[in-house]
Amino acid sequence: MAELDSIQAITEAIRTRRTSAVEICRDACARIARLDGRVGAFLAQARESALERAAALDARPADWDRLPLLGVPVALKDNICTRGMPTTAGSRMLEGYDPPYDATAVERLLAAGAVPVGKTNCDEFAMGSSTENSAFGPTRNPWAPDRTPGGSSGGSAAAVAARMVPLALGSDTGGSIRQPAALCGVVGIKPTYGRVSRFGLIAFASSLDTIGPLATNVAGAAAALRTIAGPDPRDATSLPGAPPAFGAALAGGVEGLRIGVPRGVLTSGVDADVLEAFGRAIATIEAAGARILDVTLPHNEHAVPVYYLVATAEASSNLSRYDGVRYGFRAGADTLSGMYDVTRDRGFGAEVKRRILLGTYVLSAGYYDAYYRKAQQVRTLIRRDYEAAFEAVDLIAMPTSPTAAFPLGERVADPLRMYLSDVFTVGISLAGLPAISVPCGLTPARLPVGLQLAARPFDELTMIRAAAAYERLAPFAERPPAASS
Amino acid sequence: MASDFTSDDLARVAALARVALTGDEPQLFARQLAAFLETTRAVREIDAADVPPTSHPLGASAPLRDDDVRASLSRDAALGAAPDADLRAGLFKVPRVIG
Repeated sequence: MAELDSIQAITEAIRTRRTSAVEICRDACARIARLDGRVGAFLAQARESALERAAALDARPADWDRLPLLGVPVALKDNICTRGMPTTAGSRMLEGYDPPYDATAVERLLAAGAVPVGKTNCDEFAMGSSTENSAFGPTRNPWAPDRTPGGSSGGSAAAVAARMVPLALGSDTGGSIRQPAALCGVVGIKPTYGRVSRFGLIAFASSLDTIGPLATNVAGAAAALRTIAGPDPRDATSLPGAPPAFGAALAGGVEGLRIGVPRGVLTSGVDADVLEAFGRAIATIEAAGARILDVTLPHNEHAVPVYYLVATAEASSNLSRYDGVRYGFRAGADTLSGMYDVTRDRGFGAEVKRRILLGTYVLSAGYYDAYYRKAQQVRTLIRRDYEAAFEAVDLIAMPTSPTAAFPLGERVADPLRMYLSDVFTVGISLAGLPAISVPCGLTPARLPVGLQLAARPFDELTMIRAAAAYERLAPFAERPPAASS
Repeated sequence: MASDFTSDDLARVAALARVALTGDEPQLFARQLAAFLETTRAVREIDAADVPPTSHPLGASAPLRDDDVRASLSRDAALGAAPDADLRAGLFKVPRVIG
């Protein structure tokens, strides 16, 4: 049933009784069973509960019209809490943890008729850009098994790319939905900060964390975003205001849109193949009637260090809860303080420890003003750059990642080089803006490239409209080798 | 201003963060953190004295909900995931603190 690889096709086929939710679910589970040995996208599968849920949907046709994700198999990044499915965040610290509640985003997917089929691999506590920091082994890119899928939502992106599921949830703190979406050739949306409740998302950096969808096309990602968005009394940072219906935007064009390209930030460190694909995408959008304008983001050169100062500071605080007392892993020790120290040594992997130590340092007495407070001040300057740019344009376009998928092992021992993977995504995160990554072709080595469109706060509508129009203008019909076997 | 991150600094923050470091981690992390902090030099040199810090990217303040009593996680569910707990007494258990 390979043709049913979009949310629209699946829900329509079930409503018109050409198939059933159970058939769709069986097909997804069969593809996971057949393909995931080579990809490693999933940390846990939930075949039985998925089939039960699908059968319950099939039994209630009276409900079908009000279920926008009727029978859609969905994979959930493993830092999103699920009752009845283990939630590890890719860490030994949470191995075997079974949350007593569902994240709000999961509750909303379930209420919309989606069928969770499993939990996907990620960098430990979402800290990484390659999924290699998972305590449970790496995920492989369906386009090239010797390469990473990106990260940290690499399992979610790989599962969608290999067409094991048409939809997955990820989380994006500094690029963790957009970059793997780009490297795997799928669509990923990082919503405006506060648009989607983080209740049940395992916290990494609270002023940056977002939950968003990865899907096979823009319409699917938009439908999922619409489902999970909106205020939630259980998350005080979720902002008031219902999300607009994105459906109408999907048919709109780019005509008359003003799209800014920050040429100044594209001058160094970007692969020629990526620049070429990006240039073709911009030319396509311009030919369809958009106005392409130069914008400047003068402080973007500071975005990577500022991001890693702010995010690690917040992480050091958030991860203090892993102390071996209330849940998760505990190492044996004779004293309470010894138990803390050894639990955190053995429970956390190297990158998580590095970030906790760095964050603790930049918050510590004598260093706070020089590092953390200064980073927050420069964050203001980065945010103002975007505000100024958005006075002249409706969207800002950049490549999502400076390179296509990179080889497993290439950067994992060199944190600074890994951090540069995030150069086009972290500034947008620091500014709290929404952004989408949509496939814009392949490199000569047949690796996907992502086009990133960022919008004003809460203007996901314009960004989805432009991405959907681009998708029609330049359909990405290619499939990774892993999806066709 | 701090720019030379030393192994003494690392030992200090490891104690603050309650992370025991083992094997080659002390040397490796000291070197890697020093290298990262070096990349923040340009940020530290920006004159931003008059710039307010951003802690919320959209400048919003946390909304307050009505102060109503509402159901929350049950005690048994909260204790259920603990590595060691006394469900009857309703306690998390840890190594002895006082003799």
